[in-house]
Amino acid sequence: MHLVTETITYIFLFIALYIEVFFLITYFEFREKERKIEIVPTLNKFPSVSVIVPVWNEETTVLKTIFSILKLNYPKDKLSVIIVDDGSTDKTWNVIQRFSRNKQIKLLRKENGGKYTALNYALEFVNTELVGCLDADSFVHPEALKRIVAQFNDEEIMAVTPSIKIFEPKGLLGLIQKAEYMFGIFLRKVFCNLNAIYITPGPFSIFKRSVFEKIGGYKHAHNTEDMEIAMRMQKNNMKIGNAHNAFIYTIAPASLKALYKQRLRWVYGFIKNAIDYRDMFFKPQYGNLGMIVLPAAGFSVFSTMYFFGSTVFSWANTLVDKIREISAIGFSWQGFHFDFFYVNTNIVIFLSLIAILGTFFVIATSRKLAEEKNKFGLDSLFFLIFYAALAPLWMTKAIYNVVFSRGTKWR
Amino acid sequence: MEWKKYAYTFLITAIIFTTAILASNYFSQKKMNEIKNIESRIAVDILASETQFSLLSELSCREISSGLLSKELATLGDKLAYTEENRGSDDAEVLNLKKYYSLLQIKDFLLMQKIKDRCGSSQTNGGLSIMYFYSNKGDCSDCEKEGFVLTKLRQDYPELRVYSFDYNLDLSTLQTLVSIYNIEKNLPAILINDKVYYGFKSIDDIKTALPALKQIDVQKAKEEALKSKATSTKTN
Repeated sequence: MHLVTETITYIFLFIALYIEVFFLITYFEFREKERKIEIVPTLNKFPSVSVIVPVWNEETTVLKTIFSILKLNYPKDKLSVIIVDDGSTDKTWNVIQRFSRNKQIKLLRKENGGKYTALNYALEFVNTELVGCLDADSFVHPEALKRIVAQFNDEEIMAVTPSIKIFEPKGLLGLIQKAEYMFGIFLRKVFCNLNAIYITPGPFSIFKRSVFEKIGGYKHAHNTEDMEIAMRMQKNNMKIGNAHNAFIYTIAPASLKALYKQRLRWVYGFIKNAIDYRDMFFKPQYGNLGMIVLPAAGFSVFSTMYFFGSTVFSWANTLVDKIREISAIGFSWQGFHFDFFYVNTNIVIFLSLIAILGTFFVIATSRKLAEEKNKFGLDSLFFLIFYAALAPLWMTKAIYNVVFSRGTKWR
Repeated sequence: MEWKKYAYTFLITAIIFTTAILASNYFSQKKMNEIKNIESRIAVDILASETQFSLLSELSCREISSGLLSKELATLGDKLAYTEENRGSDDAEVLNLKKYYSLLQIKDFLLMQKIKDRCGSSQTNGGLSIMYFYSNKGDCSDCEKEGFVLTKLRQDYPELRVYSFDYNLDLSTLQTLVSIYNIEKNLPAILINDKVYYGFKSIDDIKTALPALKQIDVQKAKEEALKSKATSTKTN
């Protein structure tokens, strides 16, 4: 038994290390290329853009979201907003009436049917070249749209993802998510270099309208329609770009319960969509996405569970030992004197050290991409300490739900 | 497809992995060497004491202090137990070190007996010793607990010499020792003053079997009292 777990641990560590090395190589490879070419895409024409804001009981945040769109540095005649009230039961509809005379803004109302139905309904009214969506809990940076549109200079690109940051992170959970989202910025940049972006995040991913004409609208997709649409695009060989300096600010779930619900939906959605698109895994025709990125994402769920499980198991063992010791001789504290002999020099320790070193580098890089001042922050520290213990909470439940086929709710 | 890049990544990962394995092996070997060094130091200690002992058969007992006995046996035992836990009890190198350790313990025990016979118990701190037989093959549920008890006793009474033997160790000298004292395979077994005790024995049980420990307690308590008296008179 011991041999089996040890072998699994080494295999998992090898795979994890492989993935980390691969991503770092990719990052360096493209940083060199970008340095040489020094492409600063400039805009010589402004394509027309529609931004869909699906709302459902969001009377408190919707105004701020709309105002941030109106403040975008983009020609007014080229930018329109479509607000879809997906059958709100609060005062959302009344709140948005103040825009009823604004020529830039169109107000739609329908019966509640879920976010994807709201998006599809709004898509029927879109006649611009580009179209995106902005959740009513997010705000855009004034330059974000310009920076995203510039990426469309590459004719092949069919959609562009932004960089998402946490809006005014507060508390322990806020800080952990802040670091996590910055990690996401790094990953999305690497995935973009690998042409393997498989999520076009709800907040402000911008698409060519022709995407929906070719492959259809949004689907329910286990409440993660933003992943499904990206997977469908990849399957149809549509290129997805990334504008890492186009910042979107999103309100993070403040309580553990809200965070748990959100992440449960994400992980559950990821696993279910991965199952739906399982034929893309390990298929050379889907390039890096099929060969590395999707398998890596799947692996990360299971390895997190495995390492969390084995850590808990070994702590429990230590605890049992300690209890046995106390029951035999009572409490005894002999003081601590350092002897190198008792320092653990297991292979796992060295591999973990290397992995942690790589993680520190990624943290520093992602903070640079996110235009943070310092290379390391309190948030990074909290992330390193707590994230690995938090994630298994929702991952366990997500796997449970998948196995026993239980769906998730939005809120 | 970027097969080349996948291959390079694999190569780099393999190099990192190998480096980690080499580093781990290096330190593990270093620790083994440390154990070997301690063992050879103890061997020299014992040999020196024995030689001194036979050279000066008329050596006055006052000069044969407890300093003759090696003080490193306990440290060696701890380190060996730690190594065994990490490398597994099947490890050939660990087994060898363990056999050597068992031999050293028996030699140390015999030397102590000799000193005790010649000079009486006072010169060897009462000749306090416990022999402990255990098994770590999973057939001795109380051995772990007994180990805690003996470790604790050894820490509290540095003058107490605890000799621990793996009952299943394939070592003829050890088997001879087992047959001399007629120790059955009913573990944990503890030998105190030629008497064998089977099953888990708590700290109090052992103190009852070895009254000298209680005397030490009494003495310590007296010294404490004197000290506190001295300090209290000072402060007064």
